[in-house]
Amino acid sequence: MTAAENILESGGQPAMRESMLRLFAEQFLASKLAVLGMILLALCLCLAIFAPWIAPQNPFDIGTLNIMDSKLPPGSVSGDGAMMHWLGTDGQARDVFSAILYGLRISLIVGLVSVSAAFAIGATAGLISAYFGGRTEALLMRIVDIQLSFPAILVALVLLSVLGKGVDKVIYALVAVQWAYFARAARGAAIVERNKEYVQAARCMSLSWQRILWRHIFPNCIPPLMVIATIDLAHAIALEATLSFLGVGVPVTEPSLGMLISNGFEYMMSGTYWIAFFPGIALALVVVAINLVGDHLRDILNPRNEI
Amino acid sequence: MSALVFAALYMIGDPVLMLASPEAGDAERELIRQSFGLDLPLWRQYLIFLNKVFVHLDFGKSFLTGEPAIGLILDRMPATLELATAAMLFAVLIGVPLGIYAGLKPESFGARSVMTGSVLGFSLPNFWVGLMLIMVFAVFLHWMPAGGRGPVQAFGPIQLSIFSWAGWRSLILPVATIAVAKCALIVRVTRAATRECLPQDYIKFARARGLSEARVLGVHLLKNILIPIVTVAGLEYGQVFAFAVVTESVFSWPGMGKLLIDSIITLDRPVVVAYLILTVVFLSLLNLVVDVIYTILDPRVQSKARA
Repeated sequence: MTAAENILESGGQPAMRESMLRLFAEQFLASKLAVLGMILLALCLCLAIFAPWIAPQNPFDIGTLNIMDSKLPPGSVSGDGAMMHWLGTDGQARDVFSAILYGLRISLIVGLVSVSAAFAIGATAGLISAYFGGRTEALLMRIVDIQLSFPAILVALVLLSVLGKGVDKVIYALVAVQWAYFARAARGAAIVERNKEYVQAARCMSLSWQRILWRHIFPNCIPPLMVIATIDLAHAIALEATLSFLGVGVPVTEPSLGMLISNGFEYMMSGTYWIAFFPGIALALVVVAINLVGDHLRDILNPRNEI
Repeated sequence: MSALVFAALYMIGDPVLMLASPEAGDAERELIRQSFGLDLPLWRQYLIFLNKVFVHLDFGKSFLTGEPAIGLILDRMPATLELATAAMLFAVLIGVPLGIYAGLKPESFGARSVMTGSVLGFSLPNFWVGLMLIMVFAVFLHWMPAGGRGPVQAFGPIQLSIFSWAGWRSLILPVATIAVAKCALIVRVTRAATRECLPQDYIKFARARGLSEARVLGVHLLKNILIPIVTVAGLEYGQVFAFAVVTESVFSWPGMGKLLIDSIITLDRPVVVAYLILTVVFLSLLNLVVDVIYTILDPRVQSKARA
């Protein structure tokens, strides 16, 4: 690597980069709501990751369930007196709190995996169409336009009715409906960058197009994409919950938060509210926390300050 | 587009298995297959379908009921239209004043609460809001029914439930569910537009003329911010049709969305295809209407188009 290239790729002096990062951190910490969202999100992540150690009961282990304990209200003690059900139990005597922790895990995995895949596919499509233009761009962007003109939930519903149930299938469907947002944003950002001097300089050095695209243009397109990724994560989790609630999402054996709510819905009419209520609160907390962070990120990273 | 939907649905499964009684022999199954034209190759089925749709406006008959698919959907349409229109109306009537307020005093406590509330509004999943409303107003307070459509009255050929108190009672919860999300969006659009408009000269001039604040806001400001609001409201109105899928399922509201879910589950192909094509046509028409309203609201658009 030549010296000139080094400077090109480091994005300026190291000292300056550090202060940019500090500036960003300061701006982010200025909003109490966003910090609150971040803390909540970290908490949810920890709960999900350490679920098997925190949860008082393994809700998938049928052997530990005692059918006499079913539909206990919150705060009651199990029949053998061994355990406190803080959030009650469901129709199959599962501890609602434990079920929520495991459900949170599945919801977050589905959300994170689908958003990462959509990010990768969308950013590639967007960067390539911005860099090459012409027919490639016209074709890719037309696909994006068609896709975005359909409501996400409809596309996902039809896709899942073709694919069938399963965690992996929900992820495919979510990637299919979300990549277009990333593609559009990546293209928008890359078109601005494409004509800047540092790209021309890189071209003059006859670097390969892959290298210019990924090492020079892409890093400068990350901020708007990060905003979309955060907001899409909330969107993906909510969409997965909706699909599971409608009965086309995850299978019964791997209950996500949406599935837990759907299970509890039947009991709700008879006043047994906690089976659906607490998973609902957990879902709302996760989604709102992510959105608070995303909302503030957008304020910082998008000077244009759109809706 | 229609080819895509058609091919996708073809893969879902064999509707003959759903149609024939379990005791039916192979010969009877084959008979059913022939009478529905399911024995032909896919491309022949598609050509027959295209010919029927475009030449005779015939989407085929529902596999389950034997009635024309389009008739089934049109029967359910008023219920969805009623729901979507009422929800959009509420969203605009509540969202625009709140948005103007938030735009006028962006730093005030009220405006901040409105903006935080709007993050909640559009980040919470639709079915979640519906569920909580059912829990509070139907299960605990018994003010409203938990689902179904109240008594309907004929208004010409269309059955509507807005004419009676009982009809309103069952309408209000699903309407509120949709309106919360849409209202949040409209608040944000209105706020952004207001903040953009306020520093303009014509507002300053109107104030300098000594016009009352009500007139400045109600006439000079409102006229100018209406353009983005109409765009968003128009496009969202189309989205509500799709979102109605979820809301209608939660409230067992007998609309098009519920029909779609039921048809997907029972593999009733003609109904799903007809629904999707009608939705596409409807969304395109809506775009056209929004464009026309544009030119009425903003004479500049027209003159630009002519020049």
